[in-house]
Amino acid sequence: MIKIVKRDQPSKAIFFFTPVLAIFLTLIAGGIIFYILGFKPFEALKFFFIVPIADKYGFSELLLKATPLCLIAIGLSFCFKSNNWNIGAEGQLTFGAIVSGGVALLFYDQEGFYILPIVILAGAIGGMIYASIPAILKTYFNTNEILVSLMLVYVSKLILDYLVVGPWSNPEGFNFPETRQFSDSARLPLLFEGLRIHAGIFLALAAVVISWFVFYKTYLGFQMKVSGFSLKTAKYAGYKGKKMIILVFLISGACAGLAGVGEITGPIGQLHREVSPDYGFTAIIVAFLGRLHPVGIILASLVVAITYLGAETAQIFMQIPKYTGQVFQGMILFFLLASDYLLFFKFKFIGSKK
Amino acid sequence: MIVDINFVGLIIASIMASAVPLILASCGELITERSGVLNLGVEGMMIIGAISGFALMTVTGSLIIAVLGAMLAGVLISTIFAFLTQTLITNHVATGLALTIFGIGISAMIGKNFVGIPGKEFPVLFEGLKDTIPLLSPILFGHSIVFYFAFALPFITSYFLKKTKIGLIVRAVGDSPESASNQGINVRFVRYACILYGGAMCGLAGAYLSMIYTPQWIENMTGGRGWIALALVVFSTWNPIKILIGAMIFGGLTIIQFHMQAIGVRIPVQFLTALPYIVTIIVLVVISRDSRKIRLSTPSSLGKSFHKDN
Amino acid sequence: MHKFLIRSFVSSLVLLFTLTVAAVAKDVKAAFVYIGPTGDHGWTYQHDVGRKAVEAAGFKTTYVEGVPESADAERVLRQLANSGHDIIFTTSFGYMNPTNKVAKEFPNVKFEHATGYKREHPNVATYAARFYEGRTILGTIAGTMTKSNVIGYVASFPIPEVIRGINSFTLAAQKVNPNIKTKIVWAFTWYDPGKEAEAAKALIDQGADVIAQHTDSTAIVQMAEKAGVYAFGQASDMDKFAPKAVLTSVENNWGPYYVDRVKAVANGTWSQKDTWHGIGDGMVVISGLDSQMPSDLQAKVKKLQADLASGKVHSFTGPIYDQKGNLMVAEGKTADDGMLAGMMTYVKGVEGDIPK
Repeated sequence: MIKIVKRDQPSKAIFFFTPVLAIFLTLIAGGIIFYILGFKPFEALKFFFIVPIADKYGFSELLLKATPLCLIAIGLSFCFKSNNWNIGAEGQLTFGAIVSGGVALLFYDQEGFYILPIVILAGAIGGMIYASIPAILKTYFNTNEILVSLMLVYVSKLILDYLVVGPWSNPEGFNFPETRQFSDSARLPLLFEGLRIHAGIFLALAAVVISWFVFYKTYLGFQMKVSGFSLKTAKYAGYKGKKMIILVFLISGACAGLAGVGEITGPIGQLHREVSPDYGFTAIIVAFLGRLHPVGIILASLVVAITYLGAETAQIFMQIPKYTGQVFQGMILFFLLASDYLLFFKFKFIGSKK
Repeated sequence: MIVDINFVGLIIASIMASAVPLILASCGELITERSGVLNLGVEGMMIIGAISGFALMTVTGSLIIAVLGAMLAGVLISTIFAFLTQTLITNHVATGLALTIFGIGISAMIGKNFVGIPGKEFPVLFEGLKDTIPLLSPILFGHSIVFYFAFALPFITSYFLKKTKIGLIVRAVGDSPESASNQGINVRFVRYACILYGGAMCGLAGAYLSMIYTPQWIENMTGGRGWIALALVVFSTWNPIKILIGAMIFGGLTIIQFHMQAIGVRIPVQFLTALPYIVTIIVLVVISRDSRKIRLSTPSSLGKSFHKDN
Repeated sequence: MHKFLIRSFVSSLVLLFTLTVAAVAKDVKAAFVYIGPTGDHGWTYQHDVGRKAVEAAGFKTTYVEGVPESADAERVLRQLANSGHDIIFTTSFGYMNPTNKVAKEFPNVKFEHATGYKREHPNVATYAARFYEGRTILGTIAGTMTKSNVIGYVASFPIPEVIRGINSFTLAAQKVNPNIKTKIVWAFTWYDPGKEAEAAKALIDQGADVIAQHTDSTAIVQMAEKAGVYAFGQASDMDKFAPKAVLTSVENNWGPYYVDRVKAVANGTWSQKDTWHGIGDGMVVISGLDSQMPSDLQAKVKKLQADLASGKVHSFTGPIYDQKGNLMVAEGKTADDGMLAGMMTYVKGVEGDIPK
């Protein structure tokens, strides 16, 4: 007989093992789905997970995709660790893109080394402003941050839509819903000739290092962790609730805003209606899969980035429907959440002896 | 400008038609949330309902099978959510998001073979009475059965929550799972049932879109209505009757906007589209700042997992 | 009849190509990048019909559907260029910048961008259809068939292409019926069935008994069918979605052009150009006319179609005035392509302002 028993303490080994298990289970389930759809499972998985990153260009595209995911997820990890459910990173990204894009458009016909830093800073500030809304409402009006941050996502996308269709649309662009192209000085420099990977990756890496330092080397990180456990212990540890909430939201908003800057001043080069293919939501998966640990998030962002690329490659070469990418993302999170059960409970085999 | 009252009736009727999916999904989610569970997978469950309904209609040719099948599909997909959040005690927010992402993906995959097929005509009731009463006729007559059901649902839901014993149990579970459990209520069972019911209603809402409102299958055809439905539950302060009003406002904004364009008044479309979200935030702020009000309207344990230690 | 002629002409062309191509270089591979699903029964569907014509002509093709007009488009284009495709058709306006960017890196691959205006490198060509010619025909039908004298028009974005369509439609409708009024609503989407249906319903409630559309889904003709008013199919023959409502459709027929261009690559005769074909070249096709149309109207439409094809009639023949009464095209003159391409003003008779 098997009995489910609660663990005395969450198992640390399992804590880092379950993401791997989740990915493994997703691959198996994905193979089964491919088989049902009438594709050779191993060939399909190869086109999904290996072919897209088999060459130099593919690898650079992987890093390009992983950059915003990693950056946002790092920001989210500050919120999630302290039990603040910011699920509106997509909105903060969009608003960051709007503010930095607006600044970049001011300089559209100018060159100068000072432009890019201003544009980047504007994006971070934009993201922070937008994230401060749910934070302030939560601290001063006791409002549920999940719902507020979620609602704000759609508001920001509509603001962007309004701007690119109307006042910011390119005056020489025949009213098409897009702005002017930014000047070269407002673009993040490319790292290698012919590849799209840009300097934005350093922003992501810096965020990783800083978050690691804050989490594990500062008192602030300790407070954050404690406040995540329970309010009572947090108060005991001298936790200042309101300040903490606002701080983590600002950090997370800045990261999302920077991810928006990276997209529009990196591969896109202008503002249009589709700045992000839901990076802000996908990054939530990344944050969970990476266990809110900086290194874990790097790895998770690479894994999730592949699902975007693989869906394209599998469609081009095997005519596999492109939505398999989302199915994989959903499944990874399902399996991960499910296997978390093993953290707190274990299966115990009990002999037939009475 | 002469305002013809029949014209007003027609506008109200189209606003009501656009409110139907919102009412169905919101009333379903309301029951789920009343039991203390926040399911952010509304959009995913709706889109699964939309493809299931359309596919079953095309394959079997039966509208009844299609509608019931769509509801069943909603139940099945919400079972994943229920199992994860109730049995495996996972985080509601993350599980709900995963459900939406998964639902949109899997529906597009199933739907691959159903794009570009015209839907079937869905029968309407009381069509003969369409020109009998000025103003009221277009509002009252000539709609599908789902339409009438949707407008009855808020009242049924309100009665259920306030007057029936099961309704009171659902609220007790949502307000304080611990004390409900102490009184011998099986919290997990009640929550399972509420989640699956929410799934069925979202499935029906999706089927309304793909079978009645715009009878065809198109990828992503719910177009964010699931998120509006979520907003609506909050906007209504968990009161089913207010969902009815909210759905008319939220659903009617686009229609009013088109009418204004047609008579030459121009307001940025995006502003009107954003209004439901902004209003919801304002409502949320108003009810949340007052701790008494929030205790009266919000299920206290919303979004918090409950696990009874053995 | 005309349609039959074009169809048989196309299929004989296809056959001819198949025979010639068999003798020439065989391994030219063509790729198609689509914005929507191939089953949208509108814009993307018609491009895919064109792709199938290329396949039928003996070439290998690849397609990628649902490619967002975001940073992802560039990667898809690169992957296609990198995996042995010789010519790539990018079939949505939003691919304009990525197309030109990738074209620079792959000078040996030919790129064909639909509806755009940038040809920054010698290996980028652009192509579009003179849809406005089809709208001249729709306007003639609408002006004749309306009883309420109110015609509804669901528009997408206020770009020259759409403005041109509204103008051409209104000019034609007013020619047969000076009393008509065209009500325009902007949906600000190319493809959103729910929104399009609501826009159409609003127009019908406002008294429109004929609905024209410049968005891509079948929701509008379905709504017209439900409400018992007339409508026109967009991009493809939408008759089966609304047999009673649809009077005719304007079909986008890309096949002949695609076959032509792929063959040019095979022969080594491909060169950069900007193609803008209409009814005469068979890129714009008018579907079969509905029997609800009176026979004299049917005859008139067929004659108009032939005259537009031969060039005897031009959709924009003067005198044409703008809303303020300023002369746009003088009597006896026709609008030139430059004017048409940048058309950003309504002609006299269209109500309201172009949204900014």
